[in-house]
Amino acid sequence: MAEFRLPTNSRVKQGKTHKAPGDASRVRRFVVYRYDPDSGDNPCTDTYEVDLDQCGPMVLDGLIKIKNEIDPTLTFRRSCREGICGSCAMNVDGVNTLACTQAIDDIEGDVRIYPLPHMPVVKDLVPDLTNFYAQYASIKPWLQTRTPAPPDSERLQTKEEQERINSPSACILCACCSTSCPSYWWNSDRYLGPAALLAAYRWLVDTRDEATGERLDHLEDPFRLYRCHTIMNCTNACPKDLNPARAIGEIKQMLAVRRL
Amino acid sequence: MARANRPLSPHLGIYRWQIANTLSILHRMTGVFLAVGAVVLVGWLMAAASGYEAYARVNAWLQGPIGASLLLGWTFCFFYHLANGIRHLGWDLGLGFEKARARQTGQLVVVIAVMLTLGFWALALAGS
Repeated sequence: MAEFRLPTNSRVKQGKTHKAPGDASRVRRFVVYRYDPDSGDNPCTDTYEVDLDQCGPMVLDGLIKIKNEIDPTLTFRRSCREGICGSCAMNVDGVNTLACTQAIDDIEGDVRIYPLPHMPVVKDLVPDLTNFYAQYASIKPWLQTRTPAPPDSERLQTKEEQERINSPSACILCACCSTSCPSYWWNSDRYLGPAALLAAYRWLVDTRDEATGERLDHLEDPFRLYRCHTIMNCTNACPKDLNPARAIGEIKQMLAVRRL
Repeated sequence: MARANRPLSPHLGIYRWQIANTLSILHRMTGVFLAVGAVVLVGWLMAAASGYEAYARVNAWLQGPIGASLLLGWTFCFFYHLANGIRHLGWDLGLGFEKARARQTGQLVVVIAVMLTLGFWALALAGS
């Protein structure tokens, strides 16, 4: 059963405010979720006033500036700063996205930053993704074959066949989609979520893969696949502009067609 | 690591309401409301079957301010659930998953539901 309220140890309190220096010219307030596992306190939101004239354009630039100049205890994941590693996925201004590709100027009012929703928090903006990765592994994200490969070449595809897997292969597993999905919030123990299902789709439509039947068997389950109710939060959140909702819809179609 | 003590990050309370997720929860809420309406419909039929007096009493209640508002609500729920259900059928056929298209069909569904509700009541009131 869905639990809509946060558990008592998770309710967010009001935190500290760090004022901008007096000579700041273009101040923007960053309201950031904080949780320190060593303190034993509940999470809170700290407010940091950042001078945008002394800051890079992206939300990640703001976070790095806060960490470097205001509060070195602020903890978040980041690596590539160009939308290809997926490390800095978080909830910015109410929507899951990558902090490195989200421009501060595209946000109205305070920049509100939370960890990916409905996840166990390790510290500050760092969620525990163990379950998410385990679900990805459960769809066996590798090529499965029975027939031997041709002796003198690779397993070849036509250009069109390759194009079918181009888009789903571009997924960076940032978890923006899965953690935007209310169905995943309430049932992440049994529902695989959009990211794992998009990956499953990528192998289902791969013409070189020979385990299509087993893959579909694995997904044909009231929870693993069919908790998707086409809410579309996944597709609306994806920072790579992929379409997990469509992929899930097509998997449902594959299952319907194979019963005919 | 004290994994069991980790707090749960905020979800419903912080996620932005967009067209897609708003219409999705509206679909479910209208469905629940319609299920309650089905019970009232059965009550109305039972009243009709159990004689003139009971029927008149239920009818009077349905024509009163509370009953009439509920009926108005139910007709909107019916037309919204119907129209959005057809939108879901489109998705089941693999149609309309593009972000812009899903937004358009969502807005269209609301407009259609409002128009059908108004049209229905215009016809009903003109006929009575």
